[in-house]
Amino acid sequence: MGQPRVIIIGAGPSGVRCAETLVAAGLRPTVVDEGRRDGGQIYRRQPDNFTRPYAKLYGTEAGKAQSLHESFDALRGKIDYLPETLAWNIADRKVHVMRDRQTRALPYDALVICSGATDRLMPVKGWHYAGTYSLGASQIALKAQACAIGRQVVFMGTGPLLYLVASQYVKAGADVVAVLDTSPFMRRVAALPKLLARPAVLRNGFALVAELKREGVQVLTGVTPLEIKGSPETGVQGVVIRDSSGNERAFECDAVGMGYHLRPETQLADLARCAFRFDHETRQWLPEVGEDGRTSVPGVYLAGDGMKVLGADGAEIGGRLAAMAVLKDFKLPVAEHELQRLREEQARMDRFRRGLVQAFPWPAQQAAQLPDDALVCRCEAITAGELRRTVCDMGAQEANRAKALCRVGMGRCQGRYCANAGAEVIAHAAGIPVEQVGRLRGQAPVKPLSIAAQEEVE
Amino acid sequence: MNAQRADVIIVGGGIMGASAAFFLRKRGVSVILLERGLIGQQASGVNFGNVRRQGRYIDQLPLANRSREIWLKLKELIGEDAEFMLSGHLRVGYRPEHEERMAKYAQDSQPYGLGLQMISGRALRERFPFLGPEVTAGSYAPHDGHANPRLAAPAIGRAAARLGAQVFENTEIVNIEKDGEDFRVTAADGRIFRAPVALITAGAWANRISTSFGEPVPLQAKGPQMCVTEPVPYAIPPVMGVASEKMEEGIYFRQVARGNIVIGGCAREAVDLDKRRAYVNPKNTLLQFTQLPRVIPALKGLSIIRVWSGIESYLEDDRPVIGPSSRVPGLYYAFGFNGEGFQLGPGVGDVMAELIHTGATSTPIEQYHIARFSRLAVNAA
Repeated sequence: MGQPRVIIIGAGPSGVRCAETLVAAGLRPTVVDEGRRDGGQIYRRQPDNFTRPYAKLYGTEAGKAQSLHESFDALRGKIDYLPETLAWNIADRKVHVMRDRQTRALPYDALVICSGATDRLMPVKGWHYAGTYSLGASQIALKAQACAIGRQVVFMGTGPLLYLVASQYVKAGADVVAVLDTSPFMRRVAALPKLLARPAVLRNGFALVAELKREGVQVLTGVTPLEIKGSPETGVQGVVIRDSSGNERAFECDAVGMGYHLRPETQLADLARCAFRFDHETRQWLPEVGEDGRTSVPGVYLAGDGMKVLGADGAEIGGRLAAMAVLKDFKLPVAEHELQRLREEQARMDRFRRGLVQAFPWPAQQAAQLPDDALVCRCEAITAGELRRTVCDMGAQEANRAKALCRVGMGRCQGRYCANAGAEVIAHAAGIPVEQVGRLRGQAPVKPLSIAAQEEVE
Repeated sequence: MNAQRADVIIVGGGIMGASAAFFLRKRGVSVILLERGLIGQQASGVNFGNVRRQGRYIDQLPLANRSREIWLKLKELIGEDAEFMLSGHLRVGYRPEHEERMAKYAQDSQPYGLGLQMISGRALRERFPFLGPEVTAGSYAPHDGHANPRLAAPAIGRAAARLGAQVFENTEIVNIEKDGEDFRVTAADGRIFRAPVALITAGAWANRISTSFGEPVPLQAKGPQMCVTEPVPYAIPPVMGVASEKMEEGIYFRQVARGNIVIGGCAREAVDLDKRRAYVNPKNTLLQFTQLPRVIPALKGLSIIRVWSGIESYLEDDRPVIGPSSRVPGLYYAFGFNGEGFQLGPGVGDVMAELIHTGATSTPIEQYHIARFSRLAVNAA
């Protein structure tokens, strides 16, 4: 056999480091990426004609961003790079990719999925009004297009990204009205021992919050989101919450950035038929991962936030580890000492990750308390009330059954936005543990696929 | 353990089993309906949703007509909406032989009241301006339509339960045997169900049971290849299908009230009966992309948002197995619908209820008797 054919999906921190490690071992991997340029979401590169310096774009992470970009630039002649290419299906050990409406099947001996993560979203009444964005989208608007999502912005949700994006908006000169965090402050204190696994990152976090307060931004913890006010004509007009003392408070704004930490993008792993398990800490289904990113399917590996939300540094390590797992499985040499070091480093990242999960928990009870007229599924406009009726009157206690009977999660996002919250609504209405609700089966295409797509003639 | 008892045990809660349970209850017969997963979860829940008579074998039209009468009043019968729409069904052809075949079918089916209208040339284009230049002829069935398979069988199952059918979901059967006068059905968890009559409506899995009673059939399980577009403004009322002898040209599609266009056809794939999963081969999705715009070029501008498959069962003569067992008194079958069971479901349920209750049925079904495969049993012996 010649060289093993390795395909890496994703050119973010994990994908780039994975490719780099494989190239160093003498392989020529194929890197498939949806992005126009490498860097992934976190180190997204600005368009060619934009000239903002690294420090301005990536703040404290400028050095890491620059290093990743330079590493990738150095790989360019040594890999097969397919940018702006959607991996839309996986079947029979082939990745089906589409670019410019041309689709082809790429066979692989090893597949490393570095699909990253997107915001985990919790519905709130009114979240369908124009002007409601995810935190990730708020950040992309700033990074890629140098524009803000509104003139007066409220950031609501929980997790480190909440504070990071808010501070990036402040730095960019936007009017940040408030940062509304659903996690009680004491959770952070309780999580400190775990968070101390990465003292520098923790310090950065404290600095962010301090800076926001110094800039006069109201920062509230332990809030309960009640409603995004607005109308179909005007879009978002304000946010109403209950603060930690139980008082209702309203904030006027024309845009809301919202997110509750991150959720791995697991659809490709699902299409590759990897086994999943329920993760009790984060209350979601994740692919089963063995040592160094190996999945239940031989030849399929996961790395980065698409496996587990360890953040960008953990993703770089995960990419290297997955590459080493590939090499080992092909009986190619790896630096055992380096492998050990990376595993230890990864374990430290994981300890910190668990601290974040503890400090910024997914507010499951919010789904249970959603008013009946709040939308759960935005694509199909399914309200919490309709979903509850499907559970209580039609007996749907399983995610796919509820989808079949009332269309929840059936729209073009395939449940990316609503599946986590939908499962909580179902579990609460049925009076069963959320893991019993199961998960929506992954179905191709990963993103909408144009009917004009044609098979490339070889 | 005390056995649950009823007059009839139905094994398999697809649209056939659910409908049979419903109509048996209407006749006052007590029923136990056993379903391994959830009602209407397999082929009944994931099929295309055609409620069409056009194109069916002529010998099937009396049964299809009986089913149609039920579809028309299904909402009142079961008290729930399965999104049945009397939208019309348009078959189209590209070549003279397609037109000839459609014309012959229109003639042969005339006694059965399908009301088929052959249209071609300018008249066709004026009436359906969205058709592509390759389409030369069409046969329009004004009284056919479509419904939502995700909703229909579960709704019929709930209606049966409201009428007193004992419906057991998540109940896997490990054994079924004749024990004296009764059928004795054992579930995986040890529960026992007894009844003097058993009806097997277990779809692609029914052959395992019929074989255990000495009546194997050459049942083949296959997965249709489906996909659906994003929702777009409602513009294509009739269900559409291509009347080609070539399977790869045989695309069919329908637009639902929500606006999505559901697409199927051109190929079928192998399935995993044990894991109960069927997958779409990406090649087939792309094949459908080449066929769809031949019928309506404008559909090229849309995107699909999801693909799926299901587990259907096919027989070599393209006819289902319906009727009593040829070997075991009290045993009945209704399975193997060759991808065309959804429209027939309510009618078959009604016929089976009548047959079991009265010993006869007014709708001819003799041609679907399982005995036509008896040479297999002889060969196996």
